[in-house]
Amino acid sequence: MSLLEIDDLVVRYPGRRRGRSFTAVDHVNLDVRPHETVGLVGESGSGKTTIGRAVLGLAPVTSGRIRYDGQEIQSLTRAQRRPLAARIQVVFQDPYTSLNPAMTVEDILSEPLRAAGWSRATARGRVVELLDQVGLPTGAADRFAREFSGGQRQRVAIARALALEPELIVCDEPVSALDLSTQDRVLQLLVDIQERTGVAYLFVSHDIGVVRHISHRVAVLKQGRLVEFGKCAQVTSRPEHAFTEELLLASPVADPGRQRERREMRLAHRERTSATSMSPITIQRSAP
Amino acid sequence: MSIEISAQAMDAPNRPSTFRMILRNPLSRVGVVLLVVVMCALVAAIVMDWVAPDAPWSADLYHLNEAPGTDGHLLGTDSGGRDVLSRLVVATKATMFSGVIALVVAMLLGLPGGLVAGYYGGRIDMALDWLSSMVMSLPSIIVLLAIVSSLGTSMWISMTALGCMMAPAVFRLLRAQVHAVRNDLYIDAAKVAGLSDLRIIARHVFRVVRGPLVLMVSVMAGVAITVQTGLDFLGLGDSTTITWGGMLGEGFAAMSANPVLFVWPGLAMAVTVAAFFLIASGARDALQRTDGGAAAASRSKATHLKPVPASSDAPPGADDVLAVRGLTVGYPSGGEVVEVVRSANLTLRRGHTLGLVGESGSGKTQTAFALLDLLPRQAMLTAGEVWLDGTEILRLAPRDRARRVREAIAYVPQEPMSNLDPTFTIGYQLIEPMRARGVGRAEARDRAVALLSRMEIRDPERVMKSYPHQISGGMAQRVLIAGAVSTEPRILIADEPTTALDVTVQSEILDLLRSVQEEFGMSIILVSHDLGVIADLCDDVAVMRDGQVVETAPVEEFFARPRHEYSRMLLDAVPDENHVRPDYVEARSARQGAHTGEAHR
Amino acid sequence: MLMILLKRLVAAVILLVAVCVVGFVITGLGDGDPARNILGPEATHAQVAAENHRLGVDRPMLEQFADWVGGVAHGDLGNSYIGDQPVADKIRANLPVTMSMVALSMVVIAVLSLALAVASVYGRKSVDRFVQSLAVIGHVLPAYLLALLLLLVLAVKIQVFPVFGYVPLGESPVEWARSLVLPVLSLTLGSVAGASLQARGSLMDVLDADYIRTLRSRGISGRSLLFRHALRNAAPPWLTSLSLGFVAMLGGAFMVEKVFALPGLGALSVEATTAGDRPVIMGMVLLTGGLVILVNLLVDLAQMWLIPKARTA
Repeated sequence: MSLLEIDDLVVRYPGRRRGRSFTAVDHVNLDVRPHETVGLVGESGSGKTTIGRAVLGLAPVTSGRIRYDGQEIQSLTRAQRRPLAARIQVVFQDPYTSLNPAMTVEDILSEPLRAAGWSRATARGRVVELLDQVGLPTGAADRFAREFSGGQRQRVAIARALALEPELIVCDEPVSALDLSTQDRVLQLLVDIQERTGVAYLFVSHDIGVVRHISHRVAVLKQGRLVEFGKCAQVTSRPEHAFTEELLLASPVADPGRQRERREMRLAHRERTSATSMSPITIQRSAP
Repeated sequence: MSIEISAQAMDAPNRPSTFRMILRNPLSRVGVVLLVVVMCALVAAIVMDWVAPDAPWSADLYHLNEAPGTDGHLLGTDSGGRDVLSRLVVATKATMFSGVIALVVAMLLGLPGGLVAGYYGGRIDMALDWLSSMVMSLPSIIVLLAIVSSLGTSMWISMTALGCMMAPAVFRLLRAQVHAVRNDLYIDAAKVAGLSDLRIIARHVFRVVRGPLVLMVSVMAGVAITVQTGLDFLGLGDSTTITWGGMLGEGFAAMSANPVLFVWPGLAMAVTVAAFFLIASGARDALQRTDGGAAAASRSKATHLKPVPASSDAPPGADDVLAVRGLTVGYPSGGEVVEVVRSANLTLRRGHTLGLVGESGSGKTQTAFALLDLLPRQAMLTAGEVWLDGTEILRLAPRDRARRVREAIAYVPQEPMSNLDPTFTIGYQLIEPMRARGVGRAEARDRAVALLSRMEIRDPERVMKSYPHQISGGMAQRVLIAGAVSTEPRILIADEPTTALDVTVQSEILDLLRSVQEEFGMSIILVSHDLGVIADLCDDVAVMRDGQVVETAPVEEFFARPRHEYSRMLLDAVPDENHVRPDYVEARSARQGAHTGEAHR
Repeated sequence: MLMILLKRLVAAVILLVAVCVVGFVITGLGDGDPARNILGPEATHAQVAAENHRLGVDRPMLEQFADWVGGVAHGDLGNSYIGDQPVADKIRANLPVTMSMVALSMVVIAVLSLALAVASVYGRKSVDRFVQSLAVIGHVLPAYLLALLLLLVLAVKIQVFPVFGYVPLGESPVEWARSLVLPVLSLTLGSVAGASLQARGSLMDVLDADYIRTLRSRGISGRSLLFRHALRNAAPPWLTSLSLGFVAMLGGAFMVEKVFALPGLGALSVEATTAGDRPVIMGMVLLTGGLVILVNLLVDLAQMWLIPKARTA
């Protein structure tokens, strides 16, 4: 039984002019099981972020179903969604705009708790726990978010997501704004937290290397459509679809020798695919 | 803009309260003193209402237009023989009151309107925006005259109307502010956390707008008082109330007999308005200063160079097109100089590519700008040498240095879209630099088209006619590379040229750079944080950290045997290609169902 | 492009209609008894009623408005309650004074504010300080107070400029200019600073923009960078501040007219206001509202011309 099931999801934005609508997500099927990390990978405009936002109720669902723990959530109102705040949470990409610069860390972390009806005192206790969980000193509570570096801010954002002990966290490019060394530590933190709490991640990223590092299963998206969905090792090592292969070959390796090989493979691949022309993308829901 | 900046600065930590901050500003101090004077007059006016309600009205027909200082009349008497000072004091009440009415009305209408329109957008935003632009199309003087003509001269009514006329300004300010933060992710995070809209507006949105709002209120108070006084001056005020405007009108009418009579009410009004304005601008300055940073630094020319002997590093060889020795770049900050590049040494070999690696804040971009002679004005080149083709250029006159650098080195920036001027066509932006170098119009055009097709752009003629917002990011980066190559440079400095692009586009741009380098025989400095990109394109690598170059090595050697501890740390942080997480099912069974739920379907 | 122009034009017309409706409603808020004002307190009730009937003010509001709009469509703004003169004639007689004053002031503000902005970005700090203090003066001394001071010092005490009155341009251009020096000075001295600070801020932002740096790297510098690239991109906020300044200036102009005894729209409007002369006031609403909307439209067009992206919005 899946925790999250996305069934034939379509998100279409009406265009500025009549008849020119933009389809961000085009009939996508996905599921996330408890304690699992599903990576969503694709380029800009692939719809990966929109899927995450649709799950969070931040993007309008045109058609299709999103079921959470068996309950359909795609058409809930904001008020009806409120109980879900304790079950689905989010970590955004940009730690600079995802934390209100005018609020202290304690304000930020206790916000979801207070909204869920916690008293100020119990919330404060939980804030200390949360800071510890993400590896920040207790003293951080009284400081403003903008006093911290990108990596520390992202830790605060993760702590906020963990506040109500959710079962699912949508991670929208959580490490792409971070430096390499920080990125590595934050990824490790996410893995540790998952192993400790059993939370599931829907992990959105443009970086197939990062997705490969953290995911159990990987979904590849292109222009709103699901290209390939399967076990991480299979999708990222022996992709079935040409586009996944293209993505893999395009991401550079930090090794001059292997990168040269990869480059040659990429050029060969490009010649191959341009010879046969781009085949239409088939939508497949691959069961593991 | 300035107001938005100050909004963020409102709550800077570890500093005295906003109020104290404002008081520290000399301008606001003057403002506060003036305000105290006005407030004393206001209190006196209220007291006088009790003690001597008739004083300002009692006319002494034997002492018309007495000069200031004559017996018992400190400021003299007016054309009706009434005491100027007592009238002036009493008028404070009505004038301040009129300002309050207008302000309250403007806030009551503009504040909720702006918050709601900015936050929700859509139809309600369109409707309110239309309404506000309609009100703004009505010159307020005409509306006030129309109101007075139909409803009479009551100050209540005319000031309420003025409040309505000022409301759009409040509305516009708030709407713009809220628009700016509406799509900020912390608003989304609050929604996901289950906060209601009302709570989000109160907690998150209002915090952002209150700073600019305070500034606006004090400016508007001045405006309201000015307009009210002007209306009375025109003779359209309430003749039963003593106001500065009415006194101004009387003074003007009696100008030939008593030329200074109008000065007193004028002065009173000027002092009041000045009080508000000075406090407001002092507050703005104080708040902006807390924002600080290089942006606020003065734009005076400051590219000083103290000739400091170069470092002991080897002198540039004959084959080194560009050599940097002991380069130090600093920025003035609170009396001292903060160094962002410290004694950097770099060597670019002819026809080779040097990768400059580092994390944010390592000084790699500042180094690139220093080499390109593109540092901001407040930057200071405090030491070092830059050898370009065997000539040291930092000690040349600025004009000569610029000429040499422009002729030899071209720049490919990071963010493709923001590096094209949005107001000119791509064609114009490609042709202009060539024209500046004396190439004929037709030839420059032909060359631009040829370069675009060289950059694998399919329809160069159409792209030439396009504006930057009409092309994609990848295309824009190709255009920028074409622009860089158009001046036939010997060296290309590319600052994170692919960071803003998708990986598939990135690989194409890297291929393009490689082939262009071969064709034009260029040497490249590639600034990047991405070790994969470095591995792809570079022959040599220099690692920067905290403004220093910590390691320089040939690329194979760097990746195989990094010498510096920091280099090793960087390489270790690259996600391991061979590492894949244990299979999901295994992870499940290892956890032994700590949580509920069956994993298998 | 043409479609957008057409859309803007239609929107402007709708806005003008709305402005007129508001004006009509406001001027109709009173007791609707203009005949009493005209005939004086001695007139009998019957006389007043007859006069009101002649003026048509005893009919329903909507009918009166339709009538007025019908007249406007034929270029007829109705007749003034005082002297029964056509409103259009009255306005035509007083328009040149106010328009010469305002137009001249706008030109002065536009030229000076831009020059000061460029000087303060590229020049010394002293220019900056000069503009800042000008801004304080502009706020503290509204146009009419400035006018009074100028009148006292330059016209009464030193007698450099004529104290009162207006000489039409056609009569003597030199005297025309002389008669406008003081009014224009009072209207511009404060407003220049506001527009200049706006232009300066926006110019500073543009000069920090990435594309300016890239243009510099390509060898574009100096005049070409400033005039061709920077000013063009910095212009929109400055244009907007000019158009806002225009609206504010009308109010100032009316008061300055009073100080210098200029027979302009201000005098006409004040007279109409005290007499409750609704047709004249409606004429003024139409005129000034139309002018403001026209100026805003022109600013829009200018921005579309300057910034290609604005053409698609």
